[in-house]
Amino acid sequence: MSAVELHGVRKSFGEEEVLHGIDLGVEEHQVVCLIGASGSGKSTLLRCVNLLEPIDDGRIVVGGEEVTAPGVDADRVRRGIGIVFQAYNLFPHMTVLRNVTLAPREVLGKSKAEAEADALELLVRFGLVERAGDYPDRLSGGQQQRVAIVRALAMRPQLMLLDEVTSALDPELVGEVLNVIRELAAGGMTMLIATHEMGFAREIANLVCFLDGGVILEQGPPEQIFSAPREPRTRQFLQRIVQAGRL
Amino acid sequence: MNIKIFLIAEVFILIIGLTIAILRSLPGPVFFPVRLLMIVYTDFFRGVPTILVIYLFGFGVPALAISGVPRSEFVWGIVALTLVYSAYVSEVYRAGIESVHPSQEAAARSLGLSKTKAMRFVVLPQAVRRVVPPLLNDFIGLQKDTALVALIGPVEAFRQSQIEVAANFDYTPYFATALLFVALTIPMARFTDWLVAREQRRRR
Repeated sequence: MSAVELHGVRKSFGEEEVLHGIDLGVEEHQVVCLIGASGSGKSTLLRCVNLLEPIDDGRIVVGGEEVTAPGVDADRVRRGIGIVFQAYNLFPHMTVLRNVTLAPREVLGKSKAEAEADALELLVRFGLVERAGDYPDRLSGGQQQRVAIVRALAMRPQLMLLDEVTSALDPELVGEVLNVIRELAAGGMTMLIATHEMGFAREIANLVCFLDGGVILEQGPPEQIFSAPREPRTRQFLQRIVQAGRL
Repeated sequence: MNIKIFLIAEVFILIIGLTIAILRSLPGPVFFPVRLLMIVYTDFFRGVPTILVIYLFGFGVPALAISGVPRSEFVWGIVALTLVYSAYVSEVYRAGIESVHPSQEAAARSLGLSKTKAMRFVVLPQAVRRVVPPLLNDFIGLQKDTALVALIGPVEAFRQSQIEVAANFDYTPYFATALLFVALTIPMARFTDWLVAREQRRRR
């Protein structure tokens, strides 16, 4: 069974249609990378899967349930889907530990002790436990983003959506965040990743989708997309990336 | 008397102001009537002079002689000040709520928190922190305006000084009263500064 299926998903902002009918399937324990220029619809697609943006047409099925059907409780769906944003979006008025335990306590109804034990376990695993009592603005960008990933993981999601999670980071901090994602992939986490890190996508993805102008123009295994792209637009895009020294 | 009016009114203002701000931020066409009502309320009470509201409630309501309605000018003075200042304070709260970036709410909702819980745990705490200085500024204004309640009867500091002045033709009581008000508002002003400084220290 697919972890996520998108069928003819369309999304407009005002007059402008940003997703022109997206069809996509993500198998369980698979990592799917979305690549493409800024504005091609990668972020919007992820936000639609998480129901942060209502779609205008089509269907999204997560774990066998059509989440875009009328009357579906969006809060319940979101519990099972973790999303990490480009700008971390940690809660600045809460310590790292509180950031991580808020949702398990308020949404899953875990006790303070239980939620904190879980959170500390995750923080230890990702080398952040010394930071548990700090406020986010005391942390480096890389640490903040790792906390954001831990915060999403604390809800024990079946699916993680990563929205250009390294784009706001200084180059020397990218590695530590990518390592976390590698570890998640090795642990069998199903992930849908929008990224500009082509080398990373090539290494980690089971499937790479090239988005262009709101459609998936080409998809396939990373070797095929990066070595022998069929579409001229994909070739052009990758060539520019190579010229920029990013692949 | 002034401090009593101030303290009682303050509590109600904080609660009512926040309620109005939240009701005004409710999305969707379903809540349009609620939003409209709140907009009318804030526009009205920010537009009408405070003294007029105090007169209306202080003299008007007791004059209706409805049974079960308190006749105390003290009570109606508080009601009038609360109504006026709630309108101001709700706008301060609203500015605070709108200053919290939408990505914060998105992050909270993405974790499965309901709209209410996202508001309560993520948006409001940040909003309130940001509006403490302007909020206290409004309260300094409120502290001064408690003197207006004198006009409908209760003998507070300002009225007492008028009585003294009239009796002796000596303006010292006015001056003493002025000092009294300043003495009350200065600690609040300094407290505001201190809060701002503390917040800045923590941000560093």
